[in-house]
Amino acid sequence: MSTPPAPSPPATDRSGPALDDLLGIADDALLAAQWLGGWIAEAPVLEEDVALANIALDQLGVARALLAHVGELEGAGRGEDDLAYWRGPEEFRNALLVERPDKRDFAVGVVRLLLLSTAQLHRYAALRSSPDPVVAAVATRAVTEVSYHRDHARGWLLRLGDGTPESHDRVQAALDAEWPYLAEVLEPTTDEEVRAVLTRDIADATLRVPADPPNPTPYAGGRAGRHTPHLTAVLEELQQVARAHPGASW
Amino acid sequence: MSDWPLWEVFVRPRRGLAHQHVGSLHAPDGALALRNARDLYTRRGEGVSIWVVPADRVVASSPEEKDAFFDPAADKPYRHPTFYDVPEGVPHL
Amino acid sequence: MTGHRYQCAFVSQVGYARPMVTPITPVSDEPASFTALLAAEERVEPRDEMPEGYRRTLVRQIAQHAHSEIIGMQPEGEWISRAPSLRRKAILLAKVQDEAGHGLYLYSAAETLGASREELLDALHTGRQKYSSIFNYPTRTWADVGAIGWLVDGAAIVNQVPLCRCSYGPYARAMVRICKEESFHQRQGFEILHTLAHGTPAQHRMAQDAVDRWWWPSLMMFGPPDDASEHSQQSMRWGIKRFSNDELRQRFVDMTVPQAEALGLTLPDPDLRWNPERGSYDFGEIDFSELYAVIRGDGPLNRQRIAHRVGAHERGAWVREAASAYEAKRADVRGEVPA
Repeated sequence: MSTPPAPSPPATDRSGPALDDLLGIADDALLAAQWLGGWIAEAPVLEEDVALANIALDQLGVARALLAHVGELEGAGRGEDDLAYWRGPEEFRNALLVERPDKRDFAVGVVRLLLLSTAQLHRYAALRSSPDPVVAAVATRAVTEVSYHRDHARGWLLRLGDGTPESHDRVQAALDAEWPYLAEVLEPTTDEEVRAVLTRDIADATLRVPADPPNPTPYAGGRAGRHTPHLTAVLEELQQVARAHPGASW
Repeated sequence: MSDWPLWEVFVRPRRGLAHQHVGSLHAPDGALALRNARDLYTRRGEGVSIWVVPADRVVASSPEEKDAFFDPAADKPYRHPTFYDVPEGVPHL
Repeated sequence: MTGHRYQCAFVSQVGYARPMVTPITPVSDEPASFTALLAAEERVEPRDEMPEGYRRTLVRQIAQHAHSEIIGMQPEGEWISRAPSLRRKAILLAKVQDEAGHGLYLYSAAETLGASREELLDALHTGRQKYSSIFNYPTRTWADVGAIGWLVDGAAIVNQVPLCRCSYGPYARAMVRICKEESFHQRQGFEILHTLAHGTPAQHRMAQDAVDRWWWPSLMMFGPPDDASEHSQQSMRWGIKRFSNDELRQRFVDMTVPQAEALGLTLPDPDLRWNPERGSYDFGEIDFSELYAVIRGDGPLNRQRIAHRVGAHERGAWVREAASAYEAKRADVRGEVPA
C-alpha cells in the first residue's frame, strides 16, 4: 500500500485540555480503580465480584493512558508510575467523591459509581472531539466502557430503590450522603445535562433527589489539591511497596 | 428468596457460528443475567452474542429414552449421501 | 464429532503420558449404562444414570475446587491495592477476577449434579466442606504474589490438566476453560519473580524468601502420599482422577527445577538432585504433619479466611433480597409466575 503515513501528532500539543484538568480526569479514574478493586472478594455475589473487577480494570486503563500522556506533555520524563506512586496528596487532582472510604456498603458503591460514571460519560463524550489526538482516542474508547459502568450502576439503583423497604432506605441514605460531592465532578458545560439524567434515574428508582448543600465548600477542593485525610490513607496503601524501593523496576 | 434463579448461558463465538452452551450462572433477572454472562464468559473476547435462558425452562430429552429417541434415525442410511453408488468421474455430484 | 475429546492447551506442553488404565469392572450398585460409558471412555453427562458414590465424590471434589478458587482470591487480593506499578495492578486485578470466574465455572458444573450454589457456599461457610489449605498461608511481601503465580498456580495446572479428560462432562469442560486461563496466571508469577530476581539486592532477597516459603506448601498441594490417600483408588476407577498424587508431584518437581534455574533462584531442598537412572529429580522428605495441621484448620488464617468470606456474604444478603423482590414486582406486572 502506498498510503502516506498519517502525520504524527506533535508531542506537546497544548490545544487540548489543560494539564491540571487532564490530571483531574486521570486521578478520578485511578482512585475509582483503587476503590472498586477493593470490592473483589467483598461483593454480595460472585458474579458481582467479576463485574466490579471489570469496571475497575476499565477505569485503571483510562487512568494509565491519561497519566502517561500527562507525563509526555509535561516533558519532564515522568511516566504513569512516577505520577501514580511519587506524587503527594496535595498534587492529586481527583474529586473528593472518589477518595472517601465506602465502608464496603454496596449502596454507597452503587450510588458513587452512578454519579461518577454519569459525569465521566458526558465529560468523555465531549473530549472525543478534543484537538489533542491522544485525548480524543482515549475518550472515544472510554465512552463505550463508561456507558456500561453507568448502565450497571443504574440497574442496581433501580433494584435497590424499588426492592425491599430496607434496600430503599439504605440506597436513599447513600444518595443523601454522596450527592453533595456530585458538583465537583461536573463541568459547567455538562452540569445541567448530567443532573437531568441523574434526576430521571433517581425518580425511576422511586427515590428522592437530595437537596444541594447550602454550603458546598466542604464537599469540594480536590481539583485544587485540597483533600481529606482519607486520600493520604489511600495513597499510603497504594504507594507503600513502590516507595519502599526507590528506583526499582517491577 | 435470596437464592437467585439459575440461567443457562449460550455464546455465539463469532459471526457465522451458532450459539453454544458454555455454562450457567445466577441472577435475579434476565438483564443482570446477560451482563453477568458478558463479564463471566466473554472476558477474553470469546463471543459476539449471548443468550441467557432460565434453567428451569429448558425442556430436555431424557437419557433413558435415548434408544426410542435417536435409534430410528440410525437405521435410515439413505439420508446420507454416501448411501448412493455413483459411477467414477461424474463431476459436481 | 469432536465433542467428546476435550484437550487442554497444556496437555502437549506438560507432556503427559497415557493415563494409568485401571480395568473397569462393574460394582454391584453401578448402573450398566454407566459402566458401559466408562468402558468406552465416553463422557458421563448430567442426566445420565450414575452411582450415588460417583455423584457424591464429584460434588465433594468440584465444590472443594470451587471453594479453593474463591478463598484463593483473598491472599492475592490483599495486594491489588499495593501493587508496585499500575501494570502489575491491572494484571493482578485481572488474575484475581479470573479466580472468581473459575469458582463460578466450577459451581456451575456442581449445579448439574443437583448441588445448588447456596448449599455449597453454606457448606464452605460452616466448615463442612474444605478448600485447599495452601490458601491458609500468609502473603507477606509483594514477591509472594509472584511465588503464588509461579508455584501454586504451576502446581494447580499440573493437577488440573488431567481433569480436562475427567469422565464427568461438565467438570471436564469447566477445566478446559480454567486450564487455558491459568497459563496466564503462572506466567505472570514467573515474570514477577524474574524481574525481582534481576532487580535490586533487596528485591532479589524478597523473591528468594518467597520461594523458600512457598516451595514445600506447593508440593503438599498434590495431597498425601499415594499409600495414605483415602479416595484415590475409587476416583481412578471412575475416571475422575487419572494420575496418582505422587506421580503428579514428581511431574511438578521435574518441570519446576529448570525454571528455578532460569529465574536465578534456589529451591530450599538440600536433597534435590537429578537422578539419571529415574530420569527425574529426587527430592527431600515432605513434612506432612504440617499439612495435616493446616487441613484440620489449625492456624489463625483458616478462621480469618472463612470469616472474610462469610462477612462478604452476610453483608450482601440485603442486596440479594432486594434484587429478588424487585424482579418479583416486575414479574407481577408482566403477569408471570416468578422463576
